[in-house]
Amino acid sequence: MTVPDGVRERWVRTGGVELCVAELGDPRRPTVVLVHGYPDSKEVWSEVAARLADAFHVVLYDVRGHGRSTAPSPLRGGFTLEKLTDDFLAVADAVSPDRPVHLVGHDWGSVQSWEFVTVKRTEGRIASFTSMSGPSLDHFGHWINKRLRRPTPRRVGQLLGQGAKSWYVYLLHTPVLPELAWRGPLGRRWPGILERVEKVPGGDYPTSSLPSDAAHGAWLYRDNVRPRLRRPREDAYAHAPVQLVTPLGDAFLSERLYDGLELWVPHLTRRTLPAKHWVPRTRPDRLADWITEFVTATEDGRSGTAANGKHADRFGGQLVLVTGAGNGIGRATAFAFAEAGARVVAVDRDAEAAARTAELSRLIGAPDAWAEAVDVSDEQAMEKLAARVAAEYGVVDVLVNNAGIGLSGSFFDTTPEDWKKVLDVNLWGVIHGCRLFGRQMAERGQGGHIVNTASAAAFQPSRALPAYGTSKAAVLMLSECLRAELADQGIGVTAICPGLVNTNITSTAHFVGMDAEEEKRRQQRTARLYGARNYPPEKVADAVLEAVVHNRAVVPVTPEARGAHLMSRFAPRVLRRLARVNPPL
Amino acid sequence: MGGTTTVPAAGLRTELRGFREVQRLAYDCAEAVAARLEPGVTEREAARMQRAWLRERGVRDWFHLPFAWFGDRTAFAGFRVPLQFFPTNRRLEPGMPFILDMAPVHRGFTADIGYSGALGPNPVQQRLAADLAAHRELILREVRERRPLREIYEDVDRLMVRQGCANRHRAYPFGVIAHKVDRVRERRLSPRLFGFGTQSLKGLAGDALHGHREGWSPLWSPYRFSDHPPHPGLWAVEPHLGFRGTGAKFEEILVVTDSADPEESAFWLDDDLPHVRRWTEGT
Repeated sequence: MTVPDGVRERWVRTGGVELCVAELGDPRRPTVVLVHGYPDSKEVWSEVAARLADAFHVVLYDVRGHGRSTAPSPLRGGFTLEKLTDDFLAVADAVSPDRPVHLVGHDWGSVQSWEFVTVKRTEGRIASFTSMSGPSLDHFGHWINKRLRRPTPRRVGQLLGQGAKSWYVYLLHTPVLPELAWRGPLGRRWPGILERVEKVPGGDYPTSSLPSDAAHGAWLYRDNVRPRLRRPREDAYAHAPVQLVTPLGDAFLSERLYDGLELWVPHLTRRTLPAKHWVPRTRPDRLADWITEFVTATEDGRSGTAANGKHADRFGGQLVLVTGAGNGIGRATAFAFAEAGARVVAVDRDAEAAARTAELSRLIGAPDAWAEAVDVSDEQAMEKLAARVAAEYGVVDVLVNNAGIGLSGSFFDTTPEDWKKVLDVNLWGVIHGCRLFGRQMAERGQGGHIVNTASAAAFQPSRALPAYGTSKAAVLMLSECLRAELADQGIGVTAICPGLVNTNITSTAHFVGMDAEEEKRRQQRTARLYGARNYPPEKVADAVLEAVVHNRAVVPVTPEARGAHLMSRFAPRVLRRLARVNPPL
Repeated sequence: MGGTTTVPAAGLRTELRGFREVQRLAYDCAEAVAARLEPGVTEREAARMQRAWLRERGVRDWFHLPFAWFGDRTAFAGFRVPLQFFPTNRRLEPGMPFILDMAPVHRGFTADIGYSGALGPNPVQQRLAADLAAHRELILREVRERRPLREIYEDVDRLMVRQGCANRHRAYPFGVIAHKVDRVRERRLSPRLFGFGTQSLKGLAGDALHGHREGWSPLWSPYRFSDHPPHPGLWAVEPHLGFRGTGAKFEEILVVTDSADPEESAFWLDDDLPHVRRWTEGT
């Protein structure tokens, strides 16, 4: 087990079995009990446990019949939820006799923890429960009954969807065959399957006990699924606050299973994660973060978290870095992430504006926000920024390369210096961001997302915007290529393409081929035009968050940008005609 | 009265005293009502409280009837038609921001004030209220420089953008940041039109007519008709900041004269007002 030094082991005897219990961290701190699933042993938690051990007294145990714990005899009837509850209480009494424990369960560990947290006899022993990928069988039973009683098309669809995802449950109910498969070829191939299909990193997981874990664990299903689904308990109300972590790419559980869970759980905090089933292996950082936050909040007597903005389930606690965050779309994006509970790094070359963004972000829900005064076109400054952010705030979860400048005028009036300036910021700024922060994301190997602000000018040619359009078209293609490269690592890349948005890019834009006075006049007229169009940057920010949540590739924002995007595919000649029109400024 | 009232220097002081008294009265009312706000009070009730308080103290006519906005209505979220300004049954909750806005006429003198606060601590509201201080300074400075009102409006806009906020006075009729107020003749009856006193509307209409001929407007807006230097008279200035569902404003009278001395050419009618006191205590 890849846990740090100082793991203490003890054996807890209960109901005819001996449970292997491991403990980490200071026992005077709040106790967090991690319960593993099927087919697993407590080692599935090694990465998460190591991250929690600094702040908490972390306890892991092998469920009966798994890992180094002994199996009941006979196996049939030895794995009922009642017996598993006895086991949990025995462990809790042994490791934390006077204080309630914080429970965390994955897969079958979560299924049994739901039982623990909804039965009377554990009341006062559980302080909080974090559930991932494992519903309460009672809630599940009611969920099915509700859909069978009034089978609307949508409900039938949900039933069939989950029914198809549960194929393995049916297989596990056949006698002997599962045991033979697990002790035979399936057991040997399982690590490879996990790595290929579930993207679980290799190494010392799964452990060598896998075949017998999986064979014994089949009785978890056989002893509980049919009786509970047929007659679900009517009183399965949670008596502790629950944090529900839902991996959106879970092949075995539909997210619809948790619709209406608020009926059973008075204090429910929802979290979603773009990941597959084995999140304790693939997303240990995020889980450790959410568990820490939830446990700390419960210990402090708060239930739930502060931020309640849109997508708070997804971005709560994540680290988001936005460049060009001193105004316009960048600032609005920083605020939208802040409202969703993300930690925000606001980068702008204007230190005062960045500081202001960070300050307001903290006021509206960001647990923390920092300002960094950096010019994105400055390679060395960006390298220093990347090093500083990694060292002080951590690896960025969402990167928004948004900084950009405007440049308008005839190609022949655009000097090489003008070209250099616009490409340095609009293209090189994005390249530096992707290169430095994208690499950190990829090396961490726990997913992430990159958003690059391109423009409608990336696919709408115009005689007035040769340099600007070129730089933005490059950003669009860079995003597409990077998206292809990073897809396998669970990192999404999005190009946002706004049209005319009311920001002050107009009053700072450079108009070539005219004197300063005429340029100022143009800036003013463009600013008034964009003001009259009055498309707020907040709407672009909303589109950014949506794009990250749904992992979209190219997102045109504003009707004119969407129109141009469609025409670039179906009627490019119309766009070429439009490109010849001189904008009336 | 109405018309182009360039107040003679001798009568100025007594005249201003009248305005100052009614402005103080209005702010006293705002503070008294704000102190009585509690969870569950509706906007209508808050407006009625203001009205009753002022009626008890002799107010019979209004420039406009009192308004009260709670929660995200302080930032005019989703306002499309002017009727949405009128108080609703929205109930006040702990932590919610609120704005009280009233314009009583007392002994013929008009006040138009705005008072922002929150029921309990609200860091965003406090931030916005503090940010308004810079606007009060900016407006006075640029009026003294005799900059065209439209440009001052745009400068206020730019400062708001820098502060990260949105301009919410744009939601007012004609998008005004300020409008002229004047003395009003006292009548036995004071009928109102859509919440606005007819006497005051008459004064404003008279101003608009004169102004139209002379190239100025009693409404200080972002539009071309405000592209003129500040016109002497009393202006009720009301910059209104909004930030993600929270709004804050102040409103008070700025005196503009035709004096050549910059200090005398424009000044706030009264510096001893709740929001100004809060800023000076804060620094």
